[in-house]
Amino acid sequence: MSTAAYFIGLGAASAAALLGAVLPARRRLLAAAVLSAAACLAALVGAGDVLVSGHAFSVHTAQVLPLTGVDLSLDPLGALFVAATAVVGLAVSCYSVGYGVHATPSRIATATLPAFLATLLLVPAAASVATFMVAWELMALTSLLALLTDHRRRRETRDAAQWYAAMTHIGAAAILLGLVLLAAHAGGQSFAAIAAHRRQLSLPLTSVVFVLTLFGFASKAGAVPLHVWLPRAHPEAPSPVSALMSGAMVNLGVYGILRVGEDLLGGGEMWWWLVVAALGVVSAVFGALHAAASTDTKRLLAYSTVDNVGLVLIGVGAAGALAAGGQQALAGLVLLAALFHLVNHALFKGCLFLGAGALQHAAGTRDLDRLGGLARKMPATAIFFGAGALSISALPGLNGFASEWLLFEGLLQGFASRSAVTVAALLAGVATLAITGGLTATAFVKALGVGFLGQPRSEGAGAAREVGPSMLIGMGFLAGGCVVLGIVPGVVLPVIDRATTAGLVAGASRAIRPGLGLALASVHSEIDPGLLVGGLLVALVVAWGAVRLAPRSAELRSPRRAAAWGCGRDLQTARMEITATSFAEPLQRVFADVLRPDHDLEVTHTAESRYFPEAITFHQRVDDAVERVVYRPVMAAVAWWGHLARRVPNGSVHRYLAFGFATLVLVLVVLA
Amino acid sequence: MQLRHVDAGSCNGCEIEIAQAFAPVCDAGRFGARLVASPRHADGLLVTGVVTKNMAVPLQMTFEATPRPRVVVACGDCAVNGGLFAGAYGVAGSVHDVVPVDVEIPGCPPEPSEITEALRRLTGR
Amino acid sequence: MIGTLATLVATSPGLLARVGASALQVVAVCVGGPLLLGLMGKIRSRAEGRVGPPITQGLLDLRKLVRKEAIRAEHTSAVAALAPLVLVSSAALCAAITPLVTARPVIAGGADVFAVVYLLLMGSVALALGGLDAGTAFGGMGSSRAMTVGAISEPALLVAVLALAIQAHTSNLPGIVNASLSHPEWLASPQRLLALAALVVVVIAETGRIPVDNPSTHLELTMIHEAMILEYAGPDLALVTVGEAMRLGLLLGLVANLFFPWGIDASGGGLAMLVGLVALGAKTAAIAASVALVEVSTAKLRLFRVPELLAGGFVLAAVAVTTGLVAR
Ligand code: SF4
Repeated sequence: MSTAAYFIGLGAASAAALLGAVLPARRRLLAAAVLSAAACLAALVGAGDVLVSGHAFSVHTAQVLPLTGVDLSLDPLGALFVAATAVVGLAVSCYSVGYGVHATPSRIATATLPAFLATLLLVPAAASVATFMVAWELMALTSLLALLTDHRRRRETRDAAQWYAAMTHIGAAAILLGLVLLAAHAGGQSFAAIAAHRRQLSLPLTSVVFVLTLFGFASKAGAVPLHVWLPRAHPEAPSPVSALMSGAMVNLGVYGILRVGEDLLGGGEMWWWLVVAALGVVSAVFGALHAAASTDTKRLLAYSTVDNVGLVLIGVGAAGALAAGGQQALAGLVLLAALFHLVNHALFKGCLFLGAGALQHAAGTRDLDRLGGLARKMPATAIFFGAGALSISALPGLNGFASEWLLFEGLLQGFASRSAVTVAALLAGVATLAITGGLTATAFVKALGVGFLGQPRSEGAGAAREVGPSMLIGMGFLAGGCVVLGIVPGVVLPVIDRATTAGLVAGASRAIRPGLGLALASVHSEIDPGLLVGGLLVALVVAWGAVRLAPRSAELRSPRRAAAWGCGRDLQTARMEITATSFAEPLQRVFADVLRPDHDLEVTHTAESRYFPEAITFHQRVDDAVERVVYRPVMAAVAWWGHLARRVPNGSVHRYLAFGFATLVLVLVVLA
Repeated sequence: MQLRHVDAGSCNGCEIEIAQAFAPVCDAGRFGARLVASPRHADGLLVTGVVTKNMAVPLQMTFEATPRPRVVVACGDCAVNGGLFAGAYGVAGSVHDVVPVDVEIPGCPPEPSEITEALRRLTGR
Repeated sequence: MIGTLATLVATSPGLLARVGASALQVVAVCVGGPLLLGLMGKIRSRAEGRVGPPITQGLLDLRKLVRKEAIRAEHTSAVAALAPLVLVSSAALCAAITPLVTARPVIAGGADVFAVVYLLLMGSVALALGGLDAGTAFGGMGSSRAMTVGAISEPALLVAVLALAIQAHTSNLPGIVNASLSHPEWLASPQRLLALAALVVVVIAETGRIPVDNPSTHLELTMIHEAMILEYAGPDLALVTVGEAMRLGLLLGLVANLFFPWGIDASGGGLAMLVGLVALGAKTAAIAASVALVEVSTAKLRLFRVPELLAGGFVLAAVAVTTGLVAR
């Protein structure tokens, strides 16, 4: 059944792409959306079946790709990623109907979204090097096209697409190199053959393969310092695309690391995984800091993706290191936590990106400085965005808390490990978890509080109205998922646990106790979010009742509405409100060494006296320090080299002939 | 009894005496009186000085911002009846011309002990 | 949740006793928090040569506040009304699950370090969102500052307690307290002392005391915490005040029981709980008194010096963890 369902899903997504490209403007949007929602449902059924039963399926056809054929196989690890993609995809498909209503997107734009979705569903099922690389490149291509949707209107989109194309292709080249190297030495290009021959591979070779593929996959996952495309591409892409990119595509980077490192190479050396964990630590802290400093909604969300991918990589790295150190059960627990967080991240980040899209749709801007007051105008969007924001801040009762607790517990148990390096890595991981917790909460209080509360700070925000039902259903579906997984996390853990059994890691089935809450079997550590939520509600009702029932004269019963207390000023305008920039300012000052904000203060004085300023302008921007320090010099060097090279071809035929002759002589000399 | 202090146009003489009322000798604090930062937190206003034209609206707003039940204490001759500045240029009136006054503390300036005495009457201790 | 409740009822005959014990803890914190604040105020006044308000003044003020009128700024959303309730209920839940009077697990499946830290964060987030809701300049400023301080102090809190968790091999708070009861020699271990120092810094920051914040300032520009709550009146203000006092009581109680667990009810029984209650009161009062004495003799730090203090706290906590790991 799983095979059929999965392929129906792939087929429906492709059909959606096709219909999106050929149908007339009025029909294509709805047709593509319905078909891709059906595709997601089917894929979810297929993947769910694999996850629940634990039985993988595999298919080989020689017809589709010449020479190599296509190998597809869905094991529980891949199925988890397919399922996560399908859930986000379902919400996105629904949402895209309302998102495209006002300005019907072009044929290509309508077609690329389902096509992108199809490739996302395809990659985790690829079971040979050739199939994998084809699927991976298709994903890169369709996502690039989807990102370029708005390129006619915005210059920044083209810029972002260039960054994305460059990063993703450097990464793909590294992956290709690594996998080809692997296939050449393992005597076959199907993943099964490689896994069967891994014992015959030399350590230097596997290490080179791992590092090459890690580079490629980390650039897709958005790990620092390979994250630079993320904060550019996510804001510029249409929101359904950003939701898919952040909720599904970056996951596949993690998938690749797990597939190659744990499954194909069988776990390998401890240092591999320590490198992964180190990438995670750097990404998490860097991402969280930038998210706290960002004032553009989607840029904030993009950096927060870097942060969360970092947390997942910490878990993946710690699991690998523990497994390499022989602690299988513990490794399984940590990996389970990491994958659970990944699933949760797909839910809340998908929800948040869709919410950000709704904001942009309604208020015409993503700039938090110019939003405000939207909670009263768009209450449903505010609730869904709020659910996402509070989940990502790991507040108890929501899913971010559940997975961060599990990760925390897993890392904590790992401290019993004998290896000092592992312990140091775990310590760094726990400290990172703690630091990013506070920073993330700050970032999302800013997004929620400055964006939705207070007074509108622009005409667009003042005129905003609630978005349509299809967009709300899309957001609400993911927000509901956040709440459900937050209250009864225990129900999905056994399913996710199937996926952790890939490769060396033994799975956590014995490390957790079954139940609705979270409980570790070996030690006395458990938490039942449902009970916490229940307690919270009881306390809330008691407190509310105590206040309501207090003896009070009848005229004072209900709260009075009065003008906000502005210290007696009779003029209170929205311009006096705090903006996102000023909200982030204290934190930015504290972490100025990492964020390196650029300030620009210009004071012009009146002609009569230098004591009286005429105008003061202040500019501030927080650029990505990694981009400035690492990428700009490289790009400058390449540009310089290009300039130099331009002098060589000056158009003279004689010169070209001379070049040809010189080359010929050189070749002959070398060969002789 | 929490009070929000409003300087509606005083010469600052009354402020000095109020500060003294809360200093060690009189220590109005021990009877449960306290000056707070926001009228929302207050049970009343402690108004000093004659109400100038510029301060009439803010005084009115501060009164509105105070949750009921609320009291208004006019501290000093200026606040009670205009005192030295009655009828002067830029003066809107005394406190009771703008908001209803419940307690008056006469004197120019009133002694710290008199202020404490008035506050004690309010806190009931 | 219902299933868990059912199993709880089925497996533990003492469920009522447990619920009773947690209710006792909540009430103790609810009443004790304002009393501790009153005590700190009293000590402060005495040190300044004044008599000061009675220790019960906080409770009296609460009684008065709930009877007053609530005022909500126009244009506020439901957040302004919910924030005080969430603050109080998160603090109450913390009080219910933390080992304060009794070290027996009050709610199985909740008494975790991580849960307590994130429940506290929940209160902070609610308050910060409440501060932003009215759209006033100072409310937003206070939220921004409070979140900045919290962003550094919450990690320090988590890592400081982690040092104890590693020593006790569990992140379960009653587990840590029971382990330290049976290993009195731990109490003088270097990692404990370092963690204690870190926790003190955190508690001062979280409860907004000098030198981090000045609770009695009237100048809006210098406010951190007070600026967020300028807008609350009457019952809302009562909730916020009691919530804040509960957080103070809770944190002091946590510090007291993690580092000086003696007297806490470890066995069960009415008398033991009474002893636990008295011990909790005495220990927290002692810590509160010393915090107040430090407060009188220190000046408030400049706002941008505060993160340095807190970062120092975080480093202390991290060193505590490392020491603990090296000492194994
Ligand atoms: S009453 Fe006297 S001291 Fe007080 S404000 Fe008026 S003039 Fe100044």
